[in-house]
Amino acid sequence: MLQHPAKPELVFTWGNPSRGDDGLGPAMYELLLQEDLQGVDLLTDYQLQIEHAIDLEGREHVLFVDASISASAPFELVRLRPEQDSSYTTHAMSPQALLSVYQQVNDSTPPPAWLLSIRGYDFGLGEPLSAEANGNLLAAFNHIKTLLGSERPAEQT
Amino acid sequence: MPSNLETADNPKKLERVVIEPLTRVEGHGKVTLLQDEDLHIKQARLHIVEFRGFEKFIQGRPYWELPVLVQRLCGICPVSHHLAAAKACDMLVGTTQLTATAEKIRRLMHYGQTLQSHALHFFHLCSPDLLFGFDDEVRHRNIVGVIEDSPEIAKQGVLLRKYGQEVIRVTAGKRVHGTGAIPGGVNKSLSQEEIRYLQKDIDQIVQWGQDAVELIKRIFFEQLDYHMAFAAIDTNMLGLVGANGEFDIYHGGLRARDAQGGSIFDHVDYTRYSDYLREGVKNWSYMKFPYIEALGEDAGWYRVGPLARVNNCDYFSTPLAEEQRRLFKEAGHGRPVQASLAFHWARLIELLYCAEAIRELLLDPDLGGTDLLNKGQLQGTGIGVIEAPRGTLFHHYEIDDDGIVNRANLIVSTTNNNQAMNESIRQVAGMYLDGKQLTEPLLNQIEVAIRAYDPCLSCATHAMGKMPLEVVLVNEQNEVVDRLEKRITGDIQRTCP
Repeated sequence: MLQHPAKPELVFTWGNPSRGDDGLGPAMYELLLQEDLQGVDLLTDYQLQIEHAIDLEGREHVLFVDASISASAPFELVRLRPEQDSSYTTHAMSPQALLSVYQQVNDSTPPPAWLLSIRGYDFGLGEPLSAEANGNLLAAFNHIKTLLGSERPAEQT
Repeated sequence: MPSNLETADNPKKLERVVIEPLTRVEGHGKVTLLQDEDLHIKQARLHIVEFRGFEKFIQGRPYWELPVLVQRLCGICPVSHHLAAAKACDMLVGTTQLTATAEKIRRLMHYGQTLQSHALHFFHLCSPDLLFGFDDEVRHRNIVGVIEDSPEIAKQGVLLRKYGQEVIRVTAGKRVHGTGAIPGGVNKSLSQEEIRYLQKDIDQIVQWGQDAVELIKRIFFEQLDYHMAFAAIDTNMLGLVGANGEFDIYHGGLRARDAQGGSIFDHVDYTRYSDYLREGVKNWSYMKFPYIEALGEDAGWYRVGPLARVNNCDYFSTPLAEEQRRLFKEAGHGRPVQASLAFHWARLIELLYCAEAIRELLLDPDLGGTDLLNKGQLQGTGIGVIEAPRGTLFHHYEIDDDGIVNRANLIVSTTNNNQAMNESIRQVAGMYLDGKQLTEPLLNQIEVAIRAYDPCLSCATHAMGKMPLEVVLVNEQNEVVDRLEKRITGDIQRTCP
């Protein structure tokens, strides 16, 4: 089946750039594109879906980046485990559910994965990133650069 | 005629049940059921509770931005909006005929997106209902349950999705926010390397398409009477067909047929859609109710999407899909198949068609052509219509002399099915809920009826999806007497005040 050679590290962002702070994920993608990141694949999409399980194959580590309306500002970073939550039943999946699909489809443990949730505030159609969210984005960006240049993040809760 | 469960005679004396929000339906909708003291259903409505107009989002923007801009209206259907806007822009720039390369690349993109959208719906969203039954234990009735019980089916769903997304990426230039279709044509053709890349797996994709149709037929015929009766409503059906009556989801004329299959109108130039269709409003919903003007608001509502398309077309141009269409038609015994659950069957025949059509196109040398654009004189009005995976999608723009959009009207697929979805839940409510205590499996039947249409409430409302399901019972004093909540974990909890 269709496959591209996978780099060991994957940063996967998602969100809709025209829904205000839901665009935090794609905005992070754009920032990271400007960096000279060796051994790192950058991917972005409107939302997570089942086929993204294929994008996880062959990775050593995966960092998901999304906007959150409930995370503490400026961002939260948590280790993910496969979880069969009810996001399976929607048009958009949680990263935990995606890891679970990976596990089921490949019959193997998914790569270690973390979720970086950037706090957003306003998700209106046609709105730009809010000023507060933009500040959170930059803080998260600096943290990701540190992570990608160092050992993998320790688990945080 | 709308069912008599649309509006109760004396709603203040009835108990109100709210299913909110729907699961496996994008966006934020809710269903309210009003029961009387004897638990009879007196009113059933699918509500849209939030609306942000896309006109505000589009107006004031230059027309050449539209094919990219409108992809952001909805994260589920970006390619449908991309292509409908591109077709409207073709008209704006005076293009009456695309180059062969441009049309075939757009078609390839459209077949790819329809294949991936239908694969998601069948393998991910609805197959759990069909494979396990509507009253299966909630936690099992999801894609994980499918994987556990039928690992190959689930894996095929993932890989079919992936293949469709790759077709989109190759034709649109990027995985998301693609720019492939532009006013008057496309901005790139396919390289031989890209064509070979997509050819590598297409035979497998066609085979999985055939397997999927066989699976849905097996499921459907195992309980034929039930599947034919569940949420079945007699409706008019609307969609595009090709010049010779063939199935065509990219371009054609509008065909409307009545519940018996008789012609209402045929091969209508879609730029004249407003002469034939009207959009009604009701004071209890933000989503409009389109109808065929000649039949009036009460009798003129219709269905769009796979069920309408497979019923309405005279034939498929690809052999495997045509063979399946003939079998599908036989199930109607001389009239259109009206079973709402036959949407699933029709959807998979379309998936098979898309796989076959992709295979044919990948052999066409025009995909690698260099003649990409045709343009003429700028016009003030642009109207583009395609058959999106969920049904007929209308984009209509008016621009000023500087090319700035000053009016926009979009009728999205889900809006076209608004009245039909309401009628389907009323049929289910009357048949399965009347006189009974409400339970989660019973309420799920309402959702199953809605899911058959694969609605995209994100398109219809621009609302963000909210996942937990909540059922609230309210008495005539507007007091909450019972509450059933489906949490993000899938657990059901009853919280009585």
